[in-house]
Amino acid sequence: MGDFLMPSLGADMDHGKVVEWLVKPGDYVRRGDLVAVVDTDKTTMDVESFQEGVVADLLVAIGQTVPVGTPLARIAQTPAETGHPAPEPTPSPEASPTPEPAPPTKEAPTNEAPMAPPVRHLAHQLGVDTAGIRGSGKNGAVTRADVEHARAARRGGRTRSSPRARGLAAELGVELAGISGTGPGGAVTESDVRRSAGSRQPAPSTPAEVKAPRQEAATAKPAAAGERVASLRRAVGTLMTRSKRTIPHYYLGTTVDLRASLDWMQSVNARRPVADRLVPSALLLKAAALAARDVPDVNGFYSAGAFRPSAAVHLGVAVALRHGGLVAPAIHDADTLTVDELMKKLRDLVGRARAGRLQRAEMADPTITVTNLGDLGVESVYGVIYPPQVALVGFGRVMEQPWAQDGLLGVRPAVVATLSADHRVSDGLRGGRYLARIDELLQQPEEL
Amino acid sequence: MTELEARKAVRAAIGKVAPDVDAEEINDGSRLRQDLELDSLDFLRLVEIIAHDCGLDIPEQDYPAVGTIKGLVGYLAAHG
Repeated sequence: MGDFLMPSLGADMDHGKVVEWLVKPGDYVRRGDLVAVVDTDKTTMDVESFQEGVVADLLVAIGQTVPVGTPLARIAQTPAETGHPAPEPTPSPEASPTPEPAPPTKEAPTNEAPMAPPVRHLAHQLGVDTAGIRGSGKNGAVTRADVEHARAARRGGRTRSSPRARGLAAELGVELAGISGTGPGGAVTESDVRRSAGSRQPAPSTPAEVKAPRQEAATAKPAAAGERVASLRRAVGTLMTRSKRTIPHYYLGTTVDLRASLDWMQSVNARRPVADRLVPSALLLKAAALAARDVPDVNGFYSAGAFRPSAAVHLGVAVALRHGGLVAPAIHDADTLTVDELMKKLRDLVGRARAGRLQRAEMADPTITVTNLGDLGVESVYGVIYPPQVALVGFGRVMEQPWAQDGLLGVRPAVVATLSADHRVSDGLRGGRYLARIDELLQQPEEL
Repeated sequence: MTELEARKAVRAAIGKVAPDVDAEEINDGSRLRQDLELDSLDFLRLVEIIAHDCGLDIPEQDYPAVGTIKGLVGYLAAHG
């Protein structure tokens, strides 16, 4: 038996709100399966399970805000955890006091209804005997809902209900057992509770339409845009204040000739359909990641008075959100990705960051962050370090500049690369080496 | 493609890339980066959507010509 805890999704997070459960009691989860959607001040994130087992109970209702470390769900151990890997999800002990499901063979009773493999799988998972189920689907096929119904019926005493429905029932003083559920598997839903309580409100089907007595608890949608911007602003403010108060920043900048990189990129792009084209940011990010591997003093975490360099480069990318504010999720192992892979990840990450759907690991562990504000116009940007990281790299706008070389003056595309770094960990010489390395790497784009 | 069709396609594409941009805010003089705040990834997506919806692939060397709404509409009307 293990608990699924409210995770910390970054140095600045101390509480989070459960906005959606992606599992329900009885579901089998593997390590890495997405379990819940958590809303923080900054963004909404999918959170994965760190253990394998069957969800025994959801402990926190949707809409509830709890501190980091609070148990959110109980996950029961399965045989898989004790040694032998289970090829098939096993039914939870709680869910299977019944005989083995009928094997899907010809020996099965002739009255057995047709059933799709995923449904059979579900039945097996829930420990439901499929022989007795009367299908409600096409040609009498057994559907998922039928299986869930059968299971609910078997469990007898306990009324299936969603955490939100339970919360609302408690609030309105309604007895759950007396309500006939309309949800999946006959589960009592929030609207069933509302109807039973004699509320005049039409049963709303989407959370967005719900006007509940207690607003906070009933809103499954992330906070309204305005509220979100305000809380994001506060979160950014708190973190940046802490950064400036505790980290002795030093700043360096250098202008990097991008002619080689952009020539290369344009020749590559000319041969490609739009969907596969690169943008200069992809090259800049790759160079920043590779250089971080070569100069480890800028890549890692400073905490409890000591610097721990990181062997992996998880490149945080500052993403400006369209409604205001920013988040800086990570591209994992950016130094090992090809430029094309990095480009793909970048597009995916930025898209999800803006849609408010990031994953826990992406928010929690960048080892160095890059801000690419230049994309929207400024020539250079000296950023504020995200604690506990120790460096922030900035790229300005790519622009044509007069460029003197070998006694001749020409025009070249160039970008100002900057570094804000933690003086407790490195000094200007080391920081300068980092920027010089980025410059070198960008002169040989085909090697990136 | 007529100018009217081009205008419609451009509006639809911008609506997909930047749903928060108010249609009222968009006029011929709007610059995609400075005024509508599309970054290079947004711009790439815009080009991609236009390629998909209108069957017109805008090559990279023509990007400078389509930096404004007017430029983009004109380009589509001429090439699409």
